Amino acid sequence: MLNKIYDWVDERLDITPMWRDIADHEVPEHVNPAHHFSAFVYCFGGLTFFVTVIQILSGMFLTMYYVPDIKNAWESVYYLQNEVAFGVIVRGMHHWGASLVIVMMFLHTLRVFFQGAYKKPRELNWVVGVLIFFVMLGLGFTGYLLPWDMKALFATKVGIEIAASTPLIGHELKVLLAGHPDIVGAQTLTRFFAIHVFFLPAALLGLMGAHFIMIRKQGISGPL
Amino acid sequence: MSKQPVSRRQFLNYTLTGVGGFMAAGMLMPMVRFAVDPVLKGEAAGDFHPTQQKVADLTDVPVRVDFSYEQVDAWYTSEVTNTAWVYKNDKGEIVALSPICKHLGCTVSWEGNDHANQFFCPCHNGLYEKSGKNVPGTPPLKPLDVYPTAEKDGLLQLGKPEANNIV
Repeated sequence: MLNKIYDWVDERLDITPMWRDIADHEVPEHVNPAHHFSAFVYCFGGLTFFVTVIQILSGMFLTMYYVPDIKNAWESVYYLQNEVAFGVIVRGMHHWGASLVIVMMFLHTLRVFFQGAYKKPRELNWVVGVLIFFVMLGLGFTGYLLPWDMKALFATKVGIEIAASTPLIGHELKVLLAGHPDIVGAQTLTRFFAIHVFFLPAALLGLMGAHFIMIRKQGISGPL
Repeated sequence: MSKQPVSRRQFLNYTLTGVGGFMAAGMLMPMVRFAVDPVLKGEAAGDFHPTQQKVADLTDVPVRVDFSYEQVDAWYTSEVTNTAWVYKNDKGEIVALSPICKHLGCTVSWEGNDHANQFFCPCHNGLYEKSGKNVPGTPPLKPLDVYPTAEKDGLLQLGKPEANNIV
């Protein structure tokens, strides 16, 4: 049945070359943990992507209950965590995944660094990787405020003060982030929500696309 | 005018780039202006907020003065409570210091943690002298902000904290 549907579509749109081009590649021996167990270090990039997919999915579902308003944010998080079936699991996935994605990304960075895999011709992919690192830190920073509890509020106050210490444009940067010269409040929460849910994920998807296209184009770096 | 006038292809390239750029700017300009509005709105005028502290009661020992006022945060209005450490200096002038640490924004207290004659911040052991001047070698790099002060009916009024210029 499924085969018939596939053939019907393939006959009209010729989709086989599309997925072949994306998926049908042999893993080089020196990268395959089935051949050399030590090759597991090559998995961290893929694991980062895997956790990122979990973050996007669990985040999408969290917004079904979450409200980015200072009167209701904490209440809505409390509700989804304690009243909604599996709320504690879905929020837990997003909470722990946020830390895990940083850990995996860091291990991936260490592997690339110590294997010297960033060297010519892969310098640009290292640069894009560092940009992804910053976007991920931004996602962590903005997401931390959203539950609107004491820890979130004061962590953000400190973070915004750090941004304000930037030379020359510090004050403007602070107001741009907080949405108000003095208050970390209603406008800060909506801004952080927009940045966390729309702006940074869009940047992240674009950068990850570039990251993967470059790997495909250049291949994985050879054995040490 | 040169002998080679603009070719048809060049003309179309220029016009399409111009029109395309105009359309892109027309889309982006409202969105960017929308996003940076808080930066361009500027600071609100600092009104004086009344406190319950009698000016006559102030001595050369800093006292904690809590005061509340209505704060408008966009669509959300609430009553907030702020704190000042207030005393009279050698010249008899009222000094009201903001308790917000200039290191990372924690709250300092007078003679906290048994630091005699100093303001102490518990987060990273920041210290300030009585004048609000940061003690060198501790994390804060600037003196505590000062509130502009006023007096009405014998009671202290405080404005919006400003950078402290004591050297």
